[in-house]
Amino acid sequence: MIPEIGHFALILALCVAVVQGSLPIYGAAVGSSTLMSVAKPAARGQFLLVLLAFCCLGYAFAAKDFSVLYVAATSNSQLPLHYRIAAIWGAHEGSLLLWVFILSIWMVAVSFFSTHLPEAMRARILGVMGLVSVGFLLFMLTVSNPFERLIPAAFDGRDLNPLLQDPGMVIHPPMLYMGYVGFSVAFSFAIAALLGGTLDAAWARWSRPWTTVAWCFLTVGVAMGSGWAYYELGWGGWWFWDPVENASFMPWLAGTALIHSLAVTDKRGGFKAWSVLLAILAFSLSLLGTFLVRSGVLTSVHAFATDPKRGLFILVFLAVVIGGSLVLYAWRAPRVGLGGGFSIISREGMLLANNVLLVAALGSVLLGTLYPLFLDALDLGKISVGPPYFDTVFVPLMTPAIFLMGIGPLAQWKKTSLPELATRLRWAFAVSIVTALALPFTLGHWTPLVSLGLLLAIWIVTTAAVDLRERLAHADGSSLLGRLAAMPRSYWGMVLAHCGVALFIVGVTMVKGFEVEQDLRMNVGQTATIGGYTFQFDGTQQYKGPNYIAARGTFRVSQDGRDVTVMYPEKRRYTVQNQTMTEAAISPGFARDLYVSLGEPLDDGAWSVRLYHKPFVDWIWGGCLIMALGGILAVSDRRYRLAWRHKEADVPAATQMARQTVS
Amino acid sequence: MKPRHKRFILIGLGLIALAVASMLVLNAFQSNLVFFFTPTQVANAEVPKGRGFRIGGMVENGSLTREGDGLTVHFVVTDLAKRVPVTFKGILPDLFKEGKGVVAQGQLGADGTFLASEVLAKHDENYMPPEAADALAKAKTAGAQSSRTLVVNPR
Repeated sequence: MIPEIGHFALILALCVAVVQGSLPIYGAAVGSSTLMSVAKPAARGQFLLVLLAFCCLGYAFAAKDFSVLYVAATSNSQLPLHYRIAAIWGAHEGSLLLWVFILSIWMVAVSFFSTHLPEAMRARILGVMGLVSVGFLLFMLTVSNPFERLIPAAFDGRDLNPLLQDPGMVIHPPMLYMGYVGFSVAFSFAIAALLGGTLDAAWARWSRPWTTVAWCFLTVGVAMGSGWAYYELGWGGWWFWDPVENASFMPWLAGTALIHSLAVTDKRGGFKAWSVLLAILAFSLSLLGTFLVRSGVLTSVHAFATDPKRGLFILVFLAVVIGGSLVLYAWRAPRVGLGGGFSIISREGMLLANNVLLVAALGSVLLGTLYPLFLDALDLGKISVGPPYFDTVFVPLMTPAIFLMGIGPLAQWKKTSLPELATRLRWAFAVSIVTALALPFTLGHWTPLVSLGLLLAIWIVTTAAVDLRERLAHADGSSLLGRLAAMPRSYWGMVLAHCGVALFIVGVTMVKGFEVEQDLRMNVGQTATIGGYTFQFDGTQQYKGPNYIAARGTFRVSQDGRDVTVMYPEKRRYTVQNQTMTEAAISPGFARDLYVSLGEPLDDGAWSVRLYHKPFVDWIWGGCLIMALGGILAVSDRRYRLAWRHKEADVPAATQMARQTVS
Repeated sequence: MKPRHKRFILIGLGLIALAVASMLVLNAFQSNLVFFFTPTQVANAEVPKGRGFRIGGMVENGSLTREGDGLTVHFVVTDLAKRVPVTFKGILPDLFKEGKGVVAQGQLGADGTFLASEVLAKHDENYMPPEAADALAKAKTAGAQSSRTLVVNPR
């Protein structure tokens, strides 16, 4: 009964979404306030209905209702409760429900935090989000229903993929989807602006915080996915340029470009059409990512053949969303007009270069991800594009972008003098070069890439320091603390996010340059030394987990005769799917991770073992978290809060402006 | 300079940047494509010399042997028509099993042994890498199959 309630709630949600996607947009076109006012209650009602559906599916998992096909396919009676709940988004159907659920959360958020927007704008935004929701609900209800019954009911479920039975996997997909779907807000803002014909600095100011918040979620989501791969796959790698990873990375690149281009639109009124295009791009890539990962097309393009309706729906939906918004763009964007002019050497110019580089990087990832799929779909042979491709493309594309990242904040809007910039930055440059050249020698050995990486990281930090010092010198206030506090939070947010990038680069550089890996056979009692740490293998013991049996190894780690830690890597066998899983043991540290994973059992209790010493690897994820924190700090800036508070004063002016532009 | 000239310069610079980027990308793309071949294609010498590629198929039952160092392994990849001996030094992925699908990346040695640098753990729910399944299917449709003992599922 409960699953039917959930199913019914989805059908009702679809009806509400259709109303939300049509009446307010029509109302905004004809200027009917009554029709426009439908948007808010519709968005909230839709949220409640989808929440109900989501809870129903959660209940089916919690109550082990194996008469529901999806529950039987992705969980098992022995699976612990928290993983049964996480199994809601463990496969295709449920993750679509999560997607719609998160979309409805964003809709409710927009309905609450948009009171300062002109009514027509709000109606259009919620209307567009409603249309997106229609697409997803239709998809679920027609070809991918999570509440489909299995008759007769299964005696027990087929269990969740053991790879996904991990705390990181409980939080990773919701985080990622908050980011993906969050771009639907930026997208809806863009489409609403195209529909209404009002693309001005105010539009950018409204859509900036939404975009930044979505970007923060996406940053954390991508970082968590990478962290999960690091400790769960047992290979010690943190990024494989796998299509699944690329699918989440491409919207991130587009979102990063969008944040920077919106900054120009907000402050200078430029890049309007480009911002809109990026918003469309970011959301389209989010959609593509969702479908790529969840439709099974990556494991085999011919997966579509097993269920052609599903594949067809996805292709049509993508074509309608992407094609439709691009047509709208082509039709309306010429009216948007250009922003103020600027010289090539100016902050706008540098942000433009940054955008071009980010989009070029995005294009190269897209090519490497989709080209093998195309070839395969057309039966032209099977190829794969390996990590070396992405590495060779990314370093030269990102190096100038990061170099500009240091200069950009110091450059003036509109026009800046190159010689003057050079004088201001000469110390930062000298310090970066010298440190980057000298540091690798003290660390052991010098390679060009290590120096380059350190150079970029130090460059970001030193230029940020120069910038901060200059701004403090010009700031009002007597005490240093007072002047520090007077800096706007959006500025601090930017500095923090850029420093996050620097930390990230340090992590990547140090791991790539100095990590030590050793695969070896270890007998009981044998020791091995890597990176100054001595690992002693004390054998393995058998033990039984809730839904697996495991061999647990014991490794005593010492450094210079002092005990450092004891590590317990495991080899688990999940009984339901008879799947073996490596659980690596990781001893994290500020400047290094120690990483041990068990290979295969050999004779006499010996095992093949993989040992890693990974310097600064945690800085990779630390850097990402700091980027996200920077984003949050930027969003909490006074100017956005003021926009919230002074809604009364803002609205008439904005509506007036809207009318002028339309007429 | 007039604004129009500036715009031309901007556009020109953008195009140059784009051209350089595309060249970089396509060049890297060209040299890092890894092609996939079936054991039959390897036996027919259709594979590139001195360049890495992937092979896929099934790990022949009973073919896995391990050297004394516990790390170097030998096994045979077959599409049930032709067999290719493979040598790999390292730790095999969790999903590697005899009688199951496998994909390996590496180079063909002078003696016809495939020297794998990587054995891939990618899989779908049925633990058959799609490339491997494809190789089996191709060999089957080609009618080159000598034995019919296909798909032994030890589960």
